[in-house]
Amino acid sequence: MNIIVCIKQVPDTSEVRIDPETNTIVREGVPSIINPFDENAIEEALLLREQHGGKVTVISMGPPQAEAALRESLAMGADEAILVSDRCFAASDTLATSYVLSTAIRAIGEYDLIFCGKQAFDGDTAQVPPGIAEQLGIPQITFTIGLEVDGRKVRGRRMLESEFEVVEVRMPALVSVVKQINEPRRPGIKAKLAAKKKEVTIWDSACMDIEPCLCGLDGSPTRVVRTFAPTREIKGEKFEGEPAECAAAVIDRLIGQKII
Amino acid sequence: MAIYIDEPKCIGCEACIPACPYAAIDMVDGIAKFNENCTGCGACAYACPTGAIVLEMARKGEVDTSEYSGLWVVGEITPEGKLHGVTTELLGEGRKLAAELDTTVSVVLIGHHIGELAKTAAGYGADRVFVVDHPTLERYRTQPYTNVLTGLINKHKPEIVLIGATPMGRDLASRVAARIKAGLTADCTELTINPETKLLEQTRPAFGGNVMATILCEFTRPQMATVRPKVMAPQPFDQSHEAEIIDIPVDIDERAIATKIIEIIKDDSGSDVNLTEADIIVSGGRGLGGPEHFALIRELAETLGAAVGASRATVDAGWIPATHQVGQTGKTVHPKLYVACGISGAVQHLAGMSSSDCIVAINKDPDAPIFNVAHYGIVGDLFEVVPAMIAAFKERRGD
Repeated sequence: MNIIVCIKQVPDTSEVRIDPETNTIVREGVPSIINPFDENAIEEALLLREQHGGKVTVISMGPPQAEAALRESLAMGADEAILVSDRCFAASDTLATSYVLSTAIRAIGEYDLIFCGKQAFDGDTAQVPPGIAEQLGIPQITFTIGLEVDGRKVRGRRMLESEFEVVEVRMPALVSVVKQINEPRRPGIKAKLAAKKKEVTIWDSACMDIEPCLCGLDGSPTRVVRTFAPTREIKGEKFEGEPAECAAAVIDRLIGQKII
Repeated sequence: MAIYIDEPKCIGCEACIPACPYAAIDMVDGIAKFNENCTGCGACAYACPTGAIVLEMARKGEVDTSEYSGLWVVGEITPEGKLHGVTTELLGEGRKLAAELDTTVSVVLIGHHIGELAKTAAGYGADRVFVVDHPTLERYRTQPYTNVLTGLINKHKPEIVLIGATPMGRDLASRVAARIKAGLTADCTELTINPETKLLEQTRPAFGGNVMATILCEFTRPQMATVRPKVMAPQPFDQSHEAEIIDIPVDIDERAIATKIIEIIKDDSGSDVNLTEADIIVSGGRGLGGPEHFALIRELAETLGAAVGASRATVDAGWIPATHQVGQTGKTVHPKLYVACGISGAVQHLAGMSSSDCIVAINKDPDAPIFNVAHYGIVGDLFEVVPAMIAAFKERRGD
């Protein structure tokens, strides 16, 4: 089975802040990680390979330093890693990103399954996986919390608002996974060292059949015009002391404001 | 967007015919031809094995934005057959935006046996209701819904399309946007019309809620956005508000649908888990100490008429199913009241609930980060505070 996993290198969001003076995102000194949902995507691909054999290729679109995330996926056990990187991809929105990734996937050739994390931790859009599936013209199973493969059939258990839905599609298909689907393996020192010696293939736009007007700024119908820090001016009231009194005071305030 | 048949490539296999939801393809002398029903939805292009059906995408600057008008809401129907709360919220918000643009609000309802809901949607503010009713559309599936919605958008050219940022909306919106090459902004929490440019300003949180971003779709139409449930306010239901109801005939072949629904599994934890729809949520965290103590959370939730939420730690520990998880790796919620019991307030949890209208936090640790976002904080043992809250509420209510 040929499996492709799409991953993204993201800043560790818990440390990203807005500079209040310039209203721009402060990225300096913020460590980069593999998008946590993508670790589950890699893990699910590796589990399937263990059961059914085949090859796991991990791809990422990003700047040259995203190679570090790909090396980590090699350390986890992926067979091949491709960094899709070109200056003309910069500032791509979700549509342009899914265009570039789907074009790269076509260039890889034959595939049975594509895995993605349900969304990236920085953008939180969840728009790229369906965008890729659409541009490849294949079915998708999004928000997947459990997966079974039987011949060419793929059954995914999707996590919806108040229920789970089991759906079946035929390969080739794209599956986006939620955090709860598995526990990603943590590579040991040996695997990490071995991954350092492996090759990460780098593709620029010339390596693929890319139309420049469909990627980067030109290919992005959306544009961020302003970023700012959220207003979180909460003047909270804090109660300490006798639990019954504190509880009653809060209940009274909630009733008083007609919240309950 | 344009669609055409590259005739020399057509082998007359007829694979496109069952794929078309609008019965828009005829075979003429062994070659596929589009008839006047064609909406350009593109469903056939994916079914064609020889690439004879070509979808031509518009490029930036090639879209005549003046051709597009009206605000659309894509309706969502709950498993119980009711209009989803987010649809009524979007109709309410849509009315405000449409007033700024001096235009109308339409809603698209896709499903089966949904005729009655058209009146409900009208009462919540729709001027026009498109009803697409077919047995194959009874439950949401990516492909037929994408085809139907794309077809309608291509034909009627709305200026703005709003969709709930629910699992359905997020599965569907991106697929449609990718097909018609429209700009789509995810999970918006604020929408405004720029008074000068008349463009839709779409504001959303990013980086786990640490950053807000305002996004425009200047050159493409429709301007599409998914919107977080519970953020916008519905209008009061007005039975006298009437809408034009338009039935859209479709002809969909079940065999041409790639996705089969095998099973629906209800959450069996015995408490309401539709967190995104809930007005009040009571959540438990690691401070509970064990799965059995979720009973206390459930008791407070029942007393207040609330849904039960949970922190990631409790879900990871297997104390409660993942459907209850609030936070960046779980659900993003925006209730009127969020009661956090024994939750320290890790950033990833705050990202999922800090926009709640009112937050009450109960924690033993006075320095727990949850207190930074709480309107009312109680420093104390939740096993004492929560029962006292239940007792106090019941007493005030006169039980």
